[in-house]
Amino acid sequence: MDLVPNLFGSTIGRKLIMAVTGLLLILFVIGHLVGNLQVFEDPDKINGYAHFLQSLGPTLWAVRIALLVVVGLHIWAATVLALESRHARGDEPYAVRRWLRATFASRYMRWTGYVVLAFIVYHLAQFTLGYAQPDSFKTNLAHYTMRSDYHVLGITVVRAGTEVLDVRTMVIRGFSNPLVSVFYIIAVGLLSLHLLHGAESLFQTLGLKDDRWAAGLRLVVTLGCAAYFLGNLSIPGSVLAGILR
Amino acid sequence: MAKLESKVPPGPLADKWQSYKASMRLVNPANKRKYEVIVVGAGLAGSSASATLSELGYKVSNFVFHDSPRRAHSIAAQGGINAAKNYQNDGDSVHRLFYDTLKGGDYRARESNVHRLAEVSANIIDQCAAQGVPFAREYGGLLANRSFGGAQVSRTFYARGQTGQQLLLGAYSALSRAVAGGGVTLHTQMEMLDLVVVDGHAKGIIARNLVTGEVTRHTADAVVLATGGYGNVFNLSTYARGSNATAIWRAYKRGACFANPCFTQIHPTCIPVSGDYQSKLTLMSESLRNDGRIWVPKRKEDRLKPPGSIPEEDRDYYLERMYPSFGNLSPRDISSRAAKRVCDEGRGVGETGLGVYLDFGEAIGRLGEAGVRERYGNLFDIYHEITNENAYKVPMRIFPAVHYTMGGLWVDYDLMSNVPGLFVLGEANFSDHGANRLGASALMQGLADGYFVVPYTIGNYLATQKPGSRPSVDRPEFLQAKQSVDAGTARLFGINGKQPVSHFHKRLGHLMWQYCGMARTREGLEKGLKEIPALRAEFWENVKVPGSADSLNQSLEQAARVGDFLELGELMCRDALARDESCGCHFREEHQYPDGECKRDDEHFAHAAAWEYAGEGKEPVRNVENLNYESVKMSVRNYK
Amino acid sequence: MSTKTFSVTIRVWRQSAAGRPGRFVDYPVAGVSPDMSFLEMLDVVNDGLTLKGEEPIAFAHDCREGICGTCSLTIDGKPHGPHEGVATCQTYMRSYKEGDLIVVEPFRARAFPVQKDLVTDRSAFDKIQQAGGFITARTGSAPDANSVPIAKGVADLAMDAAQCIGCGACVAACKNSSAMLFVAAKVSHLGLLPQGQPERDRRVLSMVRTMDSLGFGGCTNQYECSAACPKLISHDFIARLNRDYAKAVFRTAFEPVAAGGGGEG
Repeated sequence: MDLVPNLFGSTIGRKLIMAVTGLLLILFVIGHLVGNLQVFEDPDKINGYAHFLQSLGPTLWAVRIALLVVVGLHIWAATVLALESRHARGDEPYAVRRWLRATFASRYMRWTGYVVLAFIVYHLAQFTLGYAQPDSFKTNLAHYTMRSDYHVLGITVVRAGTEVLDVRTMVIRGFSNPLVSVFYIIAVGLLSLHLLHGAESLFQTLGLKDDRWAAGLRLVVTLGCAAYFLGNLSIPGSVLAGILR
Repeated sequence: MAKLESKVPPGPLADKWQSYKASMRLVNPANKRKYEVIVVGAGLAGSSASATLSELGYKVSNFVFHDSPRRAHSIAAQGGINAAKNYQNDGDSVHRLFYDTLKGGDYRARESNVHRLAEVSANIIDQCAAQGVPFAREYGGLLANRSFGGAQVSRTFYARGQTGQQLLLGAYSALSRAVAGGGVTLHTQMEMLDLVVVDGHAKGIIARNLVTGEVTRHTADAVVLATGGYGNVFNLSTYARGSNATAIWRAYKRGACFANPCFTQIHPTCIPVSGDYQSKLTLMSESLRNDGRIWVPKRKEDRLKPPGSIPEEDRDYYLERMYPSFGNLSPRDISSRAAKRVCDEGRGVGETGLGVYLDFGEAIGRLGEAGVRERYGNLFDIYHEITNENAYKVPMRIFPAVHYTMGGLWVDYDLMSNVPGLFVLGEANFSDHGANRLGASALMQGLADGYFVVPYTIGNYLATQKPGSRPSVDRPEFLQAKQSVDAGTARLFGINGKQPVSHFHKRLGHLMWQYCGMARTREGLEKGLKEIPALRAEFWENVKVPGSADSLNQSLEQAARVGDFLELGELMCRDALARDESCGCHFREEHQYPDGECKRDDEHFAHAAAWEYAGEGKEPVRNVENLNYESVKMSVRNYK
Repeated sequence: MSTKTFSVTIRVWRQSAAGRPGRFVDYPVAGVSPDMSFLEMLDVVNDGLTLKGEEPIAFAHDCREGICGTCSLTIDGKPHGPHEGVATCQTYMRSYKEGDLIVVEPFRARAFPVQKDLVTDRSAFDKIQQAGGFITARTGSAPDANSVPIAKGVADLAMDAAQCIGCGACVAACKNSSAMLFVAAKVSHLGLLPQGQPERDRRVLSMVRTMDSLGFGGCTNQYECSAACPKLISHDFIARLNRDYAKAVFRTAFEPVAAGGGGEG
């Protein structure tokens, strides 16, 4: 009946959209990280994985478009809400402004969001589109020959001997530039901070939070965000430290 | 002389209301929407009346000086609401609630009204539960009760210590629904400053918009006043600062009789005064007396000692001693006077000597601190905020304070004043509590009047008025009334004296407390009758009202209210002097039994005194409505 | 009952009327007693201003016992002053010391325009209430109060929500001026009780729509509202509101609707 106006036209509806898209994006970034951590294993792993994703063709594009829509909705809802909130505050600011209990992460969601957005754009330019560092982009590197089969769920998806793009080398060369690495580390740091509030907050928005386990939720989210940050830190960190080469 | 026809219907007491309802004139549904009713006030009585009248089809305009109807002072009632449900199976009944209320009022209320109140009390609980009032419940899901002063059954329904709040929010939600449905037009921040009487009937009001200062005329087929009590005449009271007598006082000056103005309830359990700057006395709910024990030291010398150091045998649990069967749950007037007596003996505690202990030591021993916290936690918190003392460790100090006014505009059985078309509900009328109100009965009366009485009885009046016959606001009566309001305002600004309004309010409060407070004497009242007019004259010469009339001006609002209090205070003293007996809260020292109890004079004073305004500077006329008790025998109140 | 007094300075927002420019004015206050309430201190200041021929500071107040929800100052950046779980009228001067500078501002939000000085118009809350903050129960139509048992836990939880005094501190404290805690309290109170079920979906949809239309912002789950609430109403009720809203949105979208028709009579 009024499903669309109730969801898109109300503050709570837009918050629900933020929460659901946020949840999808959290699942994505976790999956993305887990996939990327294969860089620490045999080169067959990460390169086979990348090749497998590329080979999905239309499915990959469907997922990419869906992700773009999700990101778009997340940003749209955030923007509309932020503009409304600013309007709601009125023209006369408080002379004295005090925070009572808002967490550090929650106070800077907009700013961490901006940085994360900039980072996504750069990240895509660097590793997907090849605009940022064209000489180390995967298509400009020598192909890599798979030494063993690559499996997903026990099914062989990339056979040994297949010529694939050398994603691993691209990543390592990309992160060899300390500027790129530092930007990357700062960005994932802020993304983790963004998630620190977002992951907890989405439970509230979806109406699942309760005071009885709020502290537990906060602990789990905090540990999860720390783990996420360390996981992401490990790749450029290892490259810079010379562990990954 | 005003004609006081109580219009009590004939027949046996228990059948009066039922048979009256069946024989009342009705307004047909198509005609109801042609009638406009102005309701002033949005407390329990005003909100419930507005909502219910609009449900019936009348067009209602509700005026309230607050910024929202939800702010009315009914919201502050803590303890509970009585109802003859007998859910506790302890032998309660309509008759018992009726009898307790009548006896509690020391036989100075109208029997038929009190009986009706008891009858509809059960409907109130049903109505409120249906509205979603979160009453306290037992584990089985059924409603819980507690006991209150002046009753030996457990019939008080409650919602933590915020019963008034929850009942008011229930009535406010009904009102909000009516506003949304277009049946009620809400006028917030509008203060009634005069009643308009056309051809002897109340047909409108003059109101001031408190934000813009605009004074406007409003016409109606009937006017309902539900504007609460006038205890702020004492300045220090448990009332909200904004509570005032202006609406009923101006109605009085337009011809409505003011009945029993001197009947003022002094609540025994309030936090004592701490300083001259004080604006407010805070009540500690009477429910505390269920578990707290009241005492003072037996010896004067002990009064400043830490209470914990005074051994059990040196403590005087005076209520338990003097009134063994009701003990700490003795009615309010009796408990207050007992506190005054022990303080007069020099045994009062605290620096001022005006305080007694309310001790939870025994209750904490019995229930544990957690048990006491569960029952009264919020009250202990309030006490701590105000006094910075922890009542779990040190006994509370309490002292009586002005809490409620039983007097008010005189009304007949229909709740209509002697000015036809002017209905008065709740604390603003005089009808149900006699000379003393029992705890948890104010909420009951406000809601009874608004939900279940006036919606019927107003039809009885409106049926005599031609639909659409309400006068135009351009009638000379409206113009004259507005002019008189404007002149009053101009007069206040014109004085430009040297003292703020609060100065006069404080002084009036002192005079009232001294001469017309817990104990009254002929001599004191006569003094009051000299000093109050003198203070009033000084007010009109020396008050300073800053600012202008065409904007939000709290000084102006307060000045007008205090101006009225200065007149009402005099009438209260006059009434207290004329009532040459003691009854309920009205304690004339000349009339007491050797043990200090009230000595009523039923031969000469079994009546309501309804004062009639006779004009500026003239002595008002004392009319009398005799109180006839058909079903109960007037006896000496005994709580021993 | 200490008799020792002290002096403070209050910096107060003065604004002659709605829509006019305002400014801060400093007033020294001497002879402050620690047992004075904050509002009593303002009374004393106002009497002084009156005697000097200046206009007193307009501030909203009424019951002065923390239940009517009229008082509404933001004191040093916190609605209702420094303490938790009390209204301004229950704030006592013993919270301050000699020489303190106390900044007093109105509750600020676009939906709460200033009427004068520290007085704001909070009628937006009434409008939200009128949009559905009730259970339709015509007077006289109610069944016996004990005919619908309600588990004690449910009744107690409903009471927790119902305690809201409608002061607007939640809005004033929120950086988004969101009224979510207020609406959540109403929706939860009525939605928890069996009596509130028939109108539950309508209520939440309508109240939220009205809340949005009145210009309150959205909730960003920072819980400043519940920290500033004089009744410490939990932000868990906001989670409940969100859940109720989501359920109502989907339920009303997919539940069958009566075709109507037929005649009267």
